[in-house]
Amino acid sequence: MIEIKDDWCKGCGICIERCPVNALEESDKLNKKGIHPARLKEKNECNFCRLCELICPDLAITVIPDEEVKKDAKKILLSPTGGKNK
Amino acid sequence: MPEVRTADKLKKKYLREEMWPTIFCNGCGNGVVLDYAFWAIEELDLDMDKTVFVSGIGCSSRLPGYINADGLHTTHGRSIAFATGIKAANPDLNIIIFTGDGDCTGIGGNHFIHAARRNIDVTVILINNFTYGMTGGQLAPTAPLGSIATTAPYGNIEHPFDICELAKALGANYVARWSVTYPYQPIKSVKEAIQKKGFSMIEFLSPCPTAYGRRNKLGDIKKHWKWYDDNTILIEEYNKIMEYGTDEEKEKIKNKIQLGVFQDIEKPGFFEQYEKLVERLQTKKDKGMKK
Ligand SMILES: Cc1ncc(C[n+]2csc(CCOP(=O)(O)OP(=O)(O)O)c2C)c(N)n1
Ligand code: SF4
Ligand code: SF4
Repeated sequence: MIEIKDDWCKGCGICIERCPVNALEESDKLNKKGIHPARLKEKNECNFCRLCELICPDLAITVIPDEEVKKDAKKILLSPTGGKNK
Repeated sequence: MPEVRTADKLKKKYLREEMWPTIFCNGCGNGVVLDYAFWAIEELDLDMDKTVFVSGIGCSSRLPGYINADGLHTTHGRSIAFATGIKAANPDLNIIIFTGDGDCTGIGGNHFIHAARRNIDVTVILINNFTYGMTGGQLAPTAPLGSIATTAPYGNIEHPFDICELAKALGANYVARWSVTYPYQPIKSVKEAIQKKGFSMIEFLSPCPTAYGRRNKLGDIKKHWKWYDDNTILIEEYNKIMEYGTDEEKEKIKNKIQLGVFQDIEKPGFFEQYEKLVERLQTKKDKGMKK
């Protein structure tokens, strides 16, 4: 599960851009600041790697691994300096 | 099952939530550095009652204000000088300094040089965004050649400071450079730097979309962050290519900024030496009294 504090999100989109499996998207609701906060896609391959949690500049994301849902962890390839190797 | 550490628990423990959200612009790297520091502190289980956060002036220097611990927000460039005083008064404290490139290498350059030379036992987290963010984007001493700034409208013609090389030459115990765009190594590195006795410094390359990116046409936040991926290289990789690579490969990485741990040594710090001196003089005095 991914919890996002909507009102803390400034909408920078870094989590959406950096998630190795493209599991996040912009939501359609507006928060207090008038921006669209990020949210988990309905269909997603999130494997709780916690990259988004670590990299969020506003500490808005919390990743809580679900125990029941066992997904095949998709191999994540990240280059050592940051970007995704797709 | 071991307790899962989550950002939520981290926030409750370390953040002054009433100060949140930060003043930082969208896409700024300062908040990320705070995040990495929290994770490192959590993993070390550092006693927050024995830790003081010190900073100077600048956007990056606002960070201690968000941490639920003692902090000292000092005058521009003087964070290291104040920190030295705190450490001298109470050597049991852990001192972590947040400072910007302008704060630390511009106006505070001399304090930095002498603290590193004397090997004062503090941890400096230097956030380098190539500009003076808070005051609107004047030219910083770390700005790459050709950068546009309010005080360099036709491009920077001054050679930039390589602050890690300087710290290395001064014999600092721990010197590293990372980019905020990738979390794992920096968190480990912050941990190492805090544990290290003597002067330790980590330089974070951090995007400032408002004052630097916009003026230098680095594009939107995504493109600006990507600039850091494209223009940095791990030092191990750099050295390998420089030794065994083809000319073409060498040409490609020649101008990239190197990341990694550049120095990790054990040299006695100033306060260790000072304690020894006091001890030596004390025994001398005691002996003299007996006579
Ligand atoms: C003695 C003094 N001179 C100048 C200033 C104006 N001033 C405030 S912040 C700043 C630059 C800070 O730049 P940096 O340390 O790089 O931090 P950033 O805002 O980029 O994070 C300057 C010049 C000041 N506050 N005090
Ligand atoms: S935890 Fe990892 S995989 Fe899941 S949304 Fe965050 S970055 Fe993507
Ligand atoms: S001006 Fe630059 S350094 Fe300051 S908060 Fe904005 S992006 Fe960050």
